[in-house]
Amino acid sequence: MNGVPVEHGLILAALLFTLGLAGLMFRRNMLFVLMSLEVMLNAAALAFIVGATAWGQPEGQAMFLLVITLAAAEAVVGLALMIQLHHRFRRLDLDAASRMQG
Amino acid sequence: MEIAFYVSALIAVLATIRVVTSFSPVHAVLYLIVSLLAVAMVFFALGAPFAGALEIIVYAGAIMVLFVFVIMMLQLGGEASAQERAWLQPRIWVGPALLAALLLLVLLSTILRGEAGEVISGELITATAVGGLLFGPWLMAVELAAFLLLAALVTASHVGRLERTPDEETGKGEPR
Repeated sequence: MNGVPVEHGLILAALLFTLGLAGLMFRRNMLFVLMSLEVMLNAAALAFIVGATAWGQPEGQAMFLLVITLAAAEAVVGLALMIQLHHRFRRLDLDAASRMQG
Repeated sequence: MEIAFYVSALIAVLATIRVVTSFSPVHAVLYLIVSLLAVAMVFFALGAPFAGALEIIVYAGAIMVLFVFVIMMLQLGGEASAQERAWLQPRIWVGPALLAALLLLVLLSTILRGEAGEVISGELITATAVGGLLFGPWLMAVELAAFLLLAALVTASHVGRLERTPDEETGKGEPR
């Protein structure tokens, strides 16, 4: 065996993405929802890296940097919202936020 | 290189399964760190050492420490995991899991019928090439990323500010 086929890298990215999506759908705790979002963003970044190394171009790694920036910004805003949710409702149930009324 | 790729891919998938099914928040964060480190190992095996180092430093180092700090701050302990155990019944998770499996089937059939045919031989893409690209033709994207980080900073410092809850305003409880 000489080298990894590009399909295997993309299959790994698809597996991680669907795991994150499933977690996003069946979790109600906001902390787990944010972690599932991180898993999904990480899978997208992995797909970029697989593409970059398969064709030998540095653009994919530059795109990975932008994805990681986006993930950091998303985590910060999500965690700030989570602290507010915990402060107001004393729990992390996302269904409680549907009664926030603005 | 192939063995490193497949072993760390297996570790990443198993750790991610434990992230979405675990009851305790702290265990989930630790499994997520393991998953991110395994993905970083995948990057090293594929020949992207710069991306692997960034994954460890920024993802596993910075973002996950943020999660751990928030868990420590909110004191999510035993009762949180008991509540999770009560929520995570089979009738809750079977439907979403089936939908996600269907999406995975569609993705897999698309990938396998795509006939990309390339083989990653593991040749290195150095940080020099990435830096030359980022600070040459992609300079505008870097500036936009800086704007995004500034916006996230302002949003976090505004949203994360704790005001008094209504019962504290009426005199009960101590102001924070």
